[in-house]
Amino acid sequence: MADTVKTEAVIDKMLEKYPAKVARKRKKAIVVNDKDAQQEIQANVRTVPGIITQRGCTYAGCKGVVLGPTRDIVNLTHGPIGCGFYSWLTRRNQTSVQGQTPENQENFMTYCFSTDMQDSNIVFGGEKKLRQSIEEVYELFHPKAIGVFATCPVGLIGDDIHQVSKECTQKFGDCNVFAFSCEGYKGVSQSAGHHIANNQLFKHVIGTSDDYPEGKYKINLLGEYNIGGDAFVIEDILEKCGITLLSTMSGNSTYKGFASSHHADLNGIMCHRSINYVAEMMETKYGIPWIKVNFIGADASAKSLRKIAQYFGDKELIDRVEKVISEEMVAVEEARKEVLPKTEGKKAMLFVGGSRAHHYQELFKELGMKSMAAGYEFGHRGDYEGREVLPSIKVDADSRNIEELTVVKDEEKFKSRISEEQKTKLEKAGLKFRDYEGLMSDMESDTLVIDDLSHFEMEVLIKEYKPDVFCAGIKEKYAVQKMGVPLKQLHSYDYGGPYAGFEGAVNFYKDIARMTNSKIWDLIGAPWEKEKTLSASVVHDTKKPEKEEKESA
Amino acid sequence: MRKIAIYGKGGIGKSTTTQNTVAGLAEMGKKVMVVGCDPKADSTRLLLGGLAQKTVLDTLRDEGEDVELDDIMKIGYGNTSCTESGGPEPGVGCAGRGIITSINMLEQLGAYDEDKNLDYAFYDVLGDVVCGGFAMPIRDGKAQEIYIVVSGEMMAMYAANNICKGIVKYADAGGVRLGGLICNSRNVDNEKQMIEELAKQLGTQMIHFVPRENQVQRAEINRKTVIDYSPEHAQADEYRTLAQKIDANEMFVVPNPLEIEELEKLLIDFGIAN
Repeated sequence: MADTVKTEAVIDKMLEKYPAKVARKRKKAIVVNDKDAQQEIQANVRTVPGIITQRGCTYAGCKGVVLGPTRDIVNLTHGPIGCGFYSWLTRRNQTSVQGQTPENQENFMTYCFSTDMQDSNIVFGGEKKLRQSIEEVYELFHPKAIGVFATCPVGLIGDDIHQVSKECTQKFGDCNVFAFSCEGYKGVSQSAGHHIANNQLFKHVIGTSDDYPEGKYKINLLGEYNIGGDAFVIEDILEKCGITLLSTMSGNSTYKGFASSHHADLNGIMCHRSINYVAEMMETKYGIPWIKVNFIGADASAKSLRKIAQYFGDKELIDRVEKVISEEMVAVEEARKEVLPKTEGKKAMLFVGGSRAHHYQELFKELGMKSMAAGYEFGHRGDYEGREVLPSIKVDADSRNIEELTVVKDEEKFKSRISEEQKTKLEKAGLKFRDYEGLMSDMESDTLVIDDLSHFEMEVLIKEYKPDVFCAGIKEKYAVQKMGVPLKQLHSYDYGGPYAGFEGAVNFYKDIARMTNSKIWDLIGAPWEKEKTLSASVVHDTKKPEKEEKESA
Repeated sequence: MRKIAIYGKGGIGKSTTTQNTVAGLAEMGKKVMVVGCDPKADSTRLLLGGLAQKTVLDTLRDEGEDVELDDIMKIGYGNTSCTESGGPEPGVGCAGRGIITSINMLEQLGAYDEDKNLDYAFYDVLGDVVCGGFAMPIRDGKAQEIYIVVSGEMMAMYAANNICKGIVKYADAGGVRLGGLICNSRNVDNEKQMIEELAKQLGTQMIHFVPRENQVQRAEINRKTVIDYSPEHAQADEYRTLAQKIDANEMFVVPNPLEIEELEKLLIDFGIAN
């Protein structure tokens, strides 16, 4: 009860500085969690101008997040150089170069491709330059595919990037060129860019290869972006379990993986926000069911592996998964025991992404830490409240701006993976399909859930609760650290990671124990800010007469 | 130097009126520069005797950074300096951005400098001020005087009223003022009275009524202004008068744009509906 009073007081403090209209709007995005009640939170609406938001742009969501991690698609930014440069490798997506020879090097992630638009391209149109750039890329690298990404000015001057791409595809014959109308201003956040990326991947790439990959238990992992090597860890675990990973979208991924991903028998979704569109469309068109998985947290990883095994229902797989889990958990438990005395009872706050603010609470739980407050930058209501609220979400003009693909069953390629009867049976046993319960039901009551946290609100939270660690991104990092609180970047992991799977959990335990126990945070603040300085007063004026000063000058 | 921008509905005769007026001023011994701000680049055709001009933007594209004023400025009738901003083909790129770029380029190259001894700079602007770029000549104090070419047709008056709204918007920041309406007659009934009344309600004047005359077309087909083609013709005198009136004009106002209902009432009271 005392907690509730304090929480309400903190909310008042966050809102009191705002003008009345802004306060009203922000209030709807701040919820004191009641895990047993169905509460509504405002999400995926425009940020009020003037507020310092964490959000990024649509282009960042499309090019940076979803397509960025793919190694053998050349990502060509059509726009001024800054858009391309500042979205290049900043998320620390890693990729494997296994199987590459000096003659066959198809890792283009180390290059930054841009059409480098100039003033005259804006005035006279940039299509010619785009075509030249695509041709140059093709001649130099002969990639399997080129993705063209629109930046803001391209949308304003109306360059038809789709037509140029289509013509290039026809001209080359062996290179798939496709474009994304992901102008930065298009949505309320980067979320719109994810949707656009999903649409174009689905239209132009997924299902285009007839190569039939071998494997007994074939899955795709969607919404895993291989930050700090997360995907490598997950790939290892799946291999140990005997599960064949056809494609990850899009950590450590390849064009071919996307193209033949429709042969999988199950899609596992990590980041529900950024990739659920593809999962939904693949189910409709190819008959691949999807389940929510999470490989952040040792317990969550174990749970996800068990879910996959349960789906295939094969005793051999179930046993093998259990064996892998028990082997892996030895090192995890050992590491956990070691750090637990240092972390137990500490407090964390997470404001990041559209799934990370949820998933990372698993790791903090394992560390005995409480997630006091959490929220997404670009989540939608479904990511907070669970998918059951989807039908009640009002489609506003901002969402209508994004193309909604009409997908139908592909009579040739559709294959029913599981009978309705079997599905019902599995659901009764606890395996839920097409389900995501959202962040709120996993958070303790009386904790704070805040969408699109503003910088000011963040400062209030830190002052009032003094968390032991704050999780966000580079824009928040140094402001938070100057307040004496360590910040863990969950977009890029700072210089750390991997944090996924069992091995990743151990890394995270160690990093958080180190960060929350460092003495350095007590040294923040200059001595004169902490202690009283000497004071003195002027006894008599020692200033020389003006005349003398002039003479000496 | 007086900087003047000519606005008005598309097809109303801005370029023709501007060039004929400029010819009149040149005849009076004034040194005039004409800056065409229409992507079609036909604002100096009658002064240069044809479309002989390479535009600022074309030059900028071909020559890169290395552009000289001589590359983009040609001398036309009566020692007038003629430049065309130019722009993209219809349906491509951004013409508004083009005008901003080319006016900045002209300034950088010193087209307006003291040593050019200009008495007048005329901006001939595309009919509809569709975006910020086309408002460039009235922003940042580039042009101080606006004349709107209008006729007694409803849409021309509607456009004139809209342009006045644009002037009000930039009057504070840029110091731009309306110098008057030029009625380029379309032989609409009661046209002169109606435009005089429109001018009065806007708080300005009808500076001159240019009658409709086929000699203008004859001169145009010969790529000349009327003053150049037939100096003795009565229509040449009309443009001379307009030039003198502009040269002597001292009435510069921030207009009061009309509400659409007021504009319609004007047409009913004075115009063809009467």
